[in-house]
Amino acid sequence: MDKAQLLLSLAVAMFAIGMVGVIIRRNVLVMLMCMELMLNGVNLSLVTFAHQSGTTVGAVLVFLIFVVATAEIAIAIPIVLMLVKRKHTLDPHAYTDLKG
Amino acid sequence: MHALTLIVILPLVGFLINGLAGNKLGQKAVAVIGCGLPLVSFAITVSMFMLLMQTGEARIETVYTWATFGKTSFEIALYFDRLSAVMTLIVTGIGSLIHIYSIGYMKEDASFARFFAYLNLFLFFMLLLVLGRSLLVMFVGWEGVGLASYLLIGFWFEDPVNAKAGKKAFITNRVGDAGFLLGMFLLYNALGTLDLDRINAAFLAGPVAVSASLVGVFLFIGATGKSAQIPLHVWLPDAMAGPTPVSALIHAATMVTAGVYMIARLNGLYLHAPEASTLVAWVGAATAFFAATVAIVQTDIKKVLAYSTVSQLGFMFVALGVGAYGVAVFHLLTHAFFKACLFLGAGSVIHALSGEQDIRKMGGLAKRIPVTFWTFAIATGAIAGLPPLSGFFSKDEILWFALASERGGSVTLMVVMAVTALMTAFYMFRLLWLTFMGASRMDHEVEHHVHESPFSMTGVLMVLAALAAVGGFIPIPHFLEPIAPLPKTLESMHAYHVPLVGLAIAMGVVGLIAAAFVYRGDLALPKRLRERFSGLHALLSGKYFIDELYENMIQRPLHWISEKVFLDFGDRRLFDGTLNGMASMANASGGVLARVQTGSLHLYVLLVLIGSFLALVWSWAHG
Repeated sequence: MDKAQLLLSLAVAMFAIGMVGVIIRRNVLVMLMCMELMLNGVNLSLVTFAHQSGTTVGAVLVFLIFVVATAEIAIAIPIVLMLVKRKHTLDPHAYTDLKG
Repeated sequence: MHALTLIVILPLVGFLINGLAGNKLGQKAVAVIGCGLPLVSFAITVSMFMLLMQTGEARIETVYTWATFGKTSFEIALYFDRLSAVMTLIVTGIGSLIHIYSIGYMKEDASFARFFAYLNLFLFFMLLLVLGRSLLVMFVGWEGVGLASYLLIGFWFEDPVNAKAGKKAFITNRVGDAGFLLGMFLLYNALGTLDLDRINAAFLAGPVAVSASLVGVFLFIGATGKSAQIPLHVWLPDAMAGPTPVSALIHAATMVTAGVYMIARLNGLYLHAPEASTLVAWVGAATAFFAATVAIVQTDIKKVLAYSTVSQLGFMFVALGVGAYGVAVFHLLTHAFFKACLFLGAGSVIHALSGEQDIRKMGGLAKRIPVTFWTFAIATGAIAGLPPLSGFFSKDEILWFALASERGGSVTLMVVMAVTALMTAFYMFRLLWLTFMGASRMDHEVEHHVHESPFSMTGVLMVLAALAAVGGFIPIPHFLEPIAPLPKTLESMHAYHVPLVGLAIAMGVVGLIAAAFVYRGDLALPKRLRERFSGLHALLSGKYFIDELYENMIQRPLHWISEKVFLDFGDRRLFDGTLNGMASMANASGGVLARVQTGSLHLYVLLVLIGSFLALVWSWAHG
């Protein structure tokens, strides 16, 4: 197994773990972390492919994703804090009445 | 020099000035403009008439080329020959007189300027109708006078009855216009021109590619609308809702005679349309007869005159139908004189009685308003056919040609017209007696205020009465001979020519004596007659229930179709139903999908996962 294949397998594993985590875990913070894990899995695959094809487009995209992910977390965490303040729990099932 | 154009344009200028700035000008300026411009038109018409007499040639003026299609083009051209000269003189002359009369009649009205603007607009369109060389220009005028008539019938539109009467006139005329248009299409299709002189020439020159009778019938349908003949006569009596000068100008002297003028103008066509001519004669006779019977029992002074107008128009159509076009125009002229005088006299009576129109509440006015009485009496004598007043001559000629014309004259037709003439004399003298003779039946309050009208009104009455008296000496049929030759008369009837004159006089005199006898004293006899023939009286005062018939036959079914088919089924079910159905379908499918939205984040992620998985599979399968 060469390096690229290893890295791609790692990326898929990170994405899959993150996905399963988002689906089955009952803790909002953990779900957020799992989402980050998925994002980073994608980032890893992007970097790998960029390196493989010798272009920089993928790497540039990764920086973009970093910025967006940072901003997203910066908004998501306060939202979770507010929810916890109100519902006194991290279980997303308690938030279903937000569907409108 | 564009003299003809000037004749037509001047009233339009008056309309624009009075219509746009009338309220700022003040009554005097409005009156000067409103009456002055038609008078100038009249003066130009007279000078053009003199010129026509000298040269003897028809004058054609092309104002504007309207549209060009390939080789043919439509021009707005004016045509001034003997026939349109007579009509133009009537329209501008009588029109100007009635304008002057209106100054006094409308003095108190807040919409003084609007009234004169409309009157001038009417004159403009009427002159366009009369002078137009092509049927198309005539049609523009034809529609325009309809519009002016609508505006003036509903002049006091605050009262819904008046507005409704205006609407009725307008809509009834549309029915006739459909016929007019169809006739025009046929003519243009066959001849490639709509110029009236060319149409006549084409029909006189030889066979054309269209049945003259078919065109004749279609155009006659148009004429029945405008000239209030059966079955489209219903609008004219209601049109009396307008101010009285309007009734005199539009609904007696000029506009309603447009149908007569049109057929007289197209005599070349109608000479080759014997079936259409027979129809014209008999519809005219039927209208004359039935309108006269209705007029006998009317109690509104203007309604009596309205039915009498319908009846007299019937006389004109009889003359047209038997080919005596000049005679029809002759009666048109004398009728314009005496009927304008009668209507304006009625206006003067209404003015004197502060708006009262019911002849049962009049009586004994002869001494109170003598000028009105005498002019009214002369005009009544004229319409009744007493010699030597104008109506006698024209009506006698019509009776003669109805009897003896080779183009459809018959004894039956003459007898119907003679009986109608008798009824005419009777109801007109009845009107005269009930209004001016006998004891007063006025309310005390009204009687106190009775006053003769100002000179601007009585002066016009006197002029018109003088014309009604001597108008019969103008030899119109002879004058129009070069354009519309009189029909040959049956040899066998010549022996009856002189006795017929005696009959015509007898009808007038008998009518006079009968009315004087029946309506003398305390009116006990008419009351007894009314009770004796109550069924007939109800039929006549109900105007043969034609309005009700139309309501049941046409209005109600139309209403039903609009309501049930178009509104309920078409609009509500079909149209709204389709849209509402689509909306509720979207709503229902939305309801199904909305169940997925549980608020559970885990479910959402799972669905996204399934979705992206399926998308991947699909893109792989179709890759």
